[in-house]
Amino acid sequence: MALLNKEDAQALLKKVLAFATADETEVSLSGVEGGNIRYARNSVSTAGDTSTLTLAVRSVYGKKSAVASINEFDDVSLKKVVKRAEELAQLAPENSEYMPMRGAIDYKESKTFVASTAAITPDTRAEAVLKSIKVTKENKLEAAGFIEKKTTFTAVMNSKGFFGFNKGTDVIFSVTTRNQEGTGSGYAARGFNDVSKLDTAGATKIAAQKANGSANAKAIEPGKYTVILEPVAATYMLENMFRGLDARSADEGRSFMSKPGGGNRIGEQLMDEKVNIYSDPFHPDLPDNTWNSEGFALDRVNWIEKGMVKNLSYSQFWAQKKNVAAGPFASNIIMDGGTATLEELIKGTERGILVSKLWYIRLVDAQSLLLTGLTRDGTFYIENGQIKYPIKNMRFNESPVIMLNNVDALGKVERSISVESNRSYLIPPMRIRDFTFTSLSDAV
Amino acid sequence: MKRRDFLYLGGITAGAGLLKPARLFAAEEFLMPADLALKKRLADLALNAATSKGATYADVRIGRYLSQSVNTREKRVQNISNTETNGMGIRVIANGSWGFASTDDLTTDAIARTADLAVQIAKFNAKLLEEQVQLAPQKGYGNVSWKAPILKNAFEVSLKEKVDLLLHVNDIALQNGANFINSSISCVNEQKYFASTEGSYIDQDVHRIWPTFTVTKIDAASGKFQTRNALSAPMGMGYEYLIPDKKEELDGIFTLYKKRYDILEDVRLATKQVSEKLSAKPVEPGKYDLILDPSNLFLTIHESVGHPTELDRVLGYEANYAGTSFLTLDKWKSGNFKFGSDLVNFVGDKTQVGSLGAVGYDDEGVQCGKWDIIKDGVLVNYQATRDQAHILGLKASQGCSYADSWKSFQFQRMPNVSLQPGKSALKVADMIKNTEKGIYMFGRNSYSIDQQRYNFQFSAQLAFEIKNGQIVGLLKDAAYQANTQEFWNSCVAIADESDYRYGGTFSDGKGQPGQVSAVSHGCATSKFKGVNVINTGRKL
Repeated sequence: MALLNKEDAQALLKKVLAFATADETEVSLSGVEGGNIRYARNSVSTAGDTSTLTLAVRSVYGKKSAVASINEFDDVSLKKVVKRAEELAQLAPENSEYMPMRGAIDYKESKTFVASTAAITPDTRAEAVLKSIKVTKENKLEAAGFIEKKTTFTAVMNSKGFFGFNKGTDVIFSVTTRNQEGTGSGYAARGFNDVSKLDTAGATKIAAQKANGSANAKAIEPGKYTVILEPVAATYMLENMFRGLDARSADEGRSFMSKPGGGNRIGEQLMDEKVNIYSDPFHPDLPDNTWNSEGFALDRVNWIEKGMVKNLSYSQFWAQKKNVAAGPFASNIIMDGGTATLEELIKGTERGILVSKLWYIRLVDAQSLLLTGLTRDGTFYIENGQIKYPIKNMRFNESPVIMLNNVDALGKVERSISVESNRSYLIPPMRIRDFTFTSLSDAV
Repeated sequence: MKRRDFLYLGGITAGAGLLKPARLFAAEEFLMPADLALKKRLADLALNAATSKGATYADVRIGRYLSQSVNTREKRVQNISNTETNGMGIRVIANGSWGFASTDDLTTDAIARTADLAVQIAKFNAKLLEEQVQLAPQKGYGNVSWKAPILKNAFEVSLKEKVDLLLHVNDIALQNGANFINSSISCVNEQKYFASTEGSYIDQDVHRIWPTFTVTKIDAASGKFQTRNALSAPMGMGYEYLIPDKKEELDGIFTLYKKRYDILEDVRLATKQVSEKLSAKPVEPGKYDLILDPSNLFLTIHESVGHPTELDRVLGYEANYAGTSFLTLDKWKSGNFKFGSDLVNFVGDKTQVGSLGAVGYDDEGVQCGKWDIIKDGVLVNYQATRDQAHILGLKASQGCSYADSWKSFQFQRMPNVSLQPGKSALKVADMIKNTEKGIYMFGRNSYSIDQQRYNFQFSAQLAFEIKNGQIVGLLKDAAYQANTQEFWNSCVAIADESDYRYGGTFSDGKGQPGQVSAVSHGCATSKFKGVNVINTGRKL
C-alpha cells in the first residue's frame, strides 16, 4: 500500500478534495518503502524494513491555515481528516505572510526512479554487505558500514488545479575500515538513484587502502596549508554554505550573503572565477524532482557563476515584498569541476595535504560562515607531487566562502554524499590554498 | 481557547510547506491513557507469536509518541505542529541473533506477521554472525508502572497560553531594540508499554519540555550582527518549568535558573546583552582560566565524557557514523587511567528528578539506577545494555537501552552523565575572586569534537573577561580548544551543591538509520586552569 502509481494517487487525492469545503485546500500523499542493514566488527548488527504512507490535508480560510494528517485510508478516515484540518484552520491565528495556493503547471517528468533499485530485496542488500566484509577480511581490517535503499513517491493536488506526482529511488552505502591496532582508518561513501552503479566491494577497497595507508601517522604543525579536499570532504564543507543561499536572511542583514550597508550580495564577485554552483533537476547524474509543493516547476538555477552571486532563493512572500520573481530553492546542488583526476591534482601539488573526509562540522560564526571540524579517515602529506606519509588528524577553522576564494584547481566532478545528511551532490575534488588548521587531534 | 479546541489541533502552519506527517489519534482520545489490559493482550499476542516461530527471547514495545511545537518570530506565529505516532516494535533473539520488525497496524494478523518477520530477520542475520547475543539476566517485574512526576501536563495547557507567552517574549525583545526574535516551546510525551518473555509488563509516561529563543541585533553602520540564545535548559518536566519560582533562582552576576525558568526576565536580559555583544572586545588568543556555567559546561560533558564512555562506541559499533572512543577497555582494565583531576566524579544516573533521561525502566525492561563512571578522576565504568554487560563482567545491565520510536530498534544510548558537585562549600563569586586572567562563559554555542573524543572546540553565548578577580566586560569571538584528558585534569574547582543545575539536549543523534535521544547533564559551575582560547573572528 505504501507506493501508489500516478493514476491511483491522483484518484485518491481527487476523492479527498471532493470532501473539502474550505476556501483553499491542498492534499498530499507521501509513501516510503525502505530497508537497511547495519554492520560492525565484520558482522551484521541490525537489519530492518519500513513501509509508510501518509496523507496530509491543508485547509485555508482567508489567511488562516492548518494541516492535519492521517495514515488510514477508508472513506470515514478521509472525511475525518478533511474535517479536522478545516476545524483547525478556523481556529488558527491569521498569518499576515500567507500566500495563496498556485494553480496547474506544466512540468517535465523526472528521472529519479530506477526500477532495479526499487526491486532490491533483503537478500541483495545482504549480498552487497557480504562483498564489503569479504574485502575487509582479506585486508585484515574490521568494517563497520551501512546500506539503505528507499523507494518513495510524493503526490500533491490543490483546489486551484495543481497536481504533481513524482517517484524516486535512492540507495546509499558507507563503510569505515579500521586496522586491528586502531592506528589506521579509511572510509568510502556512495549514493545513487540507480543501484547498478553501486559497487560495495570497490568502495570498500578504497576504504581499505586508506586504512592501511593511514597507519602510524606523523604529527605536523597546525597552520595554513594547501589542501586537496576529496569530494566527500568538500561536499560536507559546502553543504553548510548551500543552506544559506536565501534572500530573506541576507536582506535582513543576518547572513554571510548580507551586503555590508544593506541588501544582499547578488551581483557581487564573492568567490574565485573557477567557481560555478547551480541546481538542475534534469542533470543525468543527479536527477531530482521537477516541481515542488508550493506549485513551482523547477529548472536549472545558477547560484554562483564564475564566482559571482547570481541568484538567491526567494519565497513567494519575500519575492512579493521585494517585487522580484519568486525563486524556490531546488533540492539538488552541482558544482562544476575541471578535467584533472585526483591523482593529477596530487601530482601538481608541491606541498600540501590530502584530506579524505571531514567530520563534525559546526558553524562558529554566521557572519563569516566560519566553520570548525576535523579531518578523519585518511589524511596525507604531499610533497613534490607525491603522497609522502600519513599525518595525524587536525581541527580546522575555515569559511567555505573564503575557501572558494582560494581555489587553486578543480578536478573531475563526482557524485558524492554528505556524511551528515546522506544527501547526494555532484562536487569535484578541489585544491585550496591557505586552508586553516588550528590544532592537532590524536583521533584515528 | 477551550480545551476541546486544543484537542483538535493537529497542526497549524503559517509558512510554506507541510508539517511533518504523522498519524492523528482520535482527538477525543488524545490525552487519555490507552487501556492497559488491551496493551497487555496485544503484547502477549506478539510474544507468543515470536516464540512459536522459534524466538528464544522476545520483547515488545507499544508506544504512543506525542510532540507539540509552537514557533514564532516577531509578531506572528510561524508554525504550530502536533504530531503523534502509534505502533508496536517487536525484538527477538532467534538462533543467537537479534531480529526486529515493527508495525502501526495493531490487528491480530498484522502483529503475528510482524513477529514472524522479526524472527525471519534474526535467523537470516544469524548466518552472518560472528558471536551470539548474550543477555545479562533480568527478572520479570510483573505489572509495574512509572510516571514522570510532573505538576502540569504541557499538552493540557491551551495553545493560546503558549502563543501568548511567546508573543510576549517577542514584544519584550522588540521593545528593547532587538531587530529580530524567534521563540518556541517544544513538548514531548512518550507513553510506552514494554513486555518481555521474562514476565515484565511495564507502563511508563515520560514528559519533556524545551522553551527557547534567539534574539538578533544588527549594527546598521558596520553591518555586523550578534545573537543571544535563551539560557533555558530542556527538562524532563511539565509546563511548571515555565512558571517562575524565586526558590529556584540563583543570584549570580545575573539571575540563574534551576528547575524553574523565567523566560520573560531572560529575554529582557538577552536583549540588553546582545547589544553589548555588538560592541564587545575581541578576545586576545591565549591561555585563560575558564569558569564554565552549567549552561555551557553541560555540552562539554556531553561530548567529552558522555559519548566516549558509551560502550558500543568503545567496541566499534559506531565506527561508521558517530565514531569510536579513546577510552578503550585496556584503560578501564588498568584501574588507574587518570581521566581527570581528583575533584572529577561522574555518575550515570537515570533517576534524577526533572532530568531528560529520567525513566523508571529502560527500553529493554531494566530498572534504572545510578553508578560511577569516573571516580576521583579515574575511569571506573561505562554505559551498557543487557547484551553488553558480560563484556564488563557485570551481573546486570545498567539500563541504557533506548529507542526513539516504536519503529526503531532499541540500542545503547547515553544516560544522564552528571558531574558531582564539589564536596566543600564553594561559591562562584569566590572562584571569580581567585582568578587573575580568565573567562566566565554561559550558554551553548558552537561545538565540535573528533570521532574518538580527544580534541574539542566549544564557544558560548556570553564570555565575560575576568581580570585580577573582577569581571571587566564581555568578549566576542572566543572559543576554547582542548584535549579531553588534559581539560578534565585541569579542573581545579567545582562549586558546591547549591549551584548544581541541569543542561541538556533534546536531539542527541546516533545510529544508522539515525535516532535521537534526550539527555541531561547535571553539574555545578567549574573552573579549568590554563585552557587554550582562540579568536574566531573573520571577515569576508
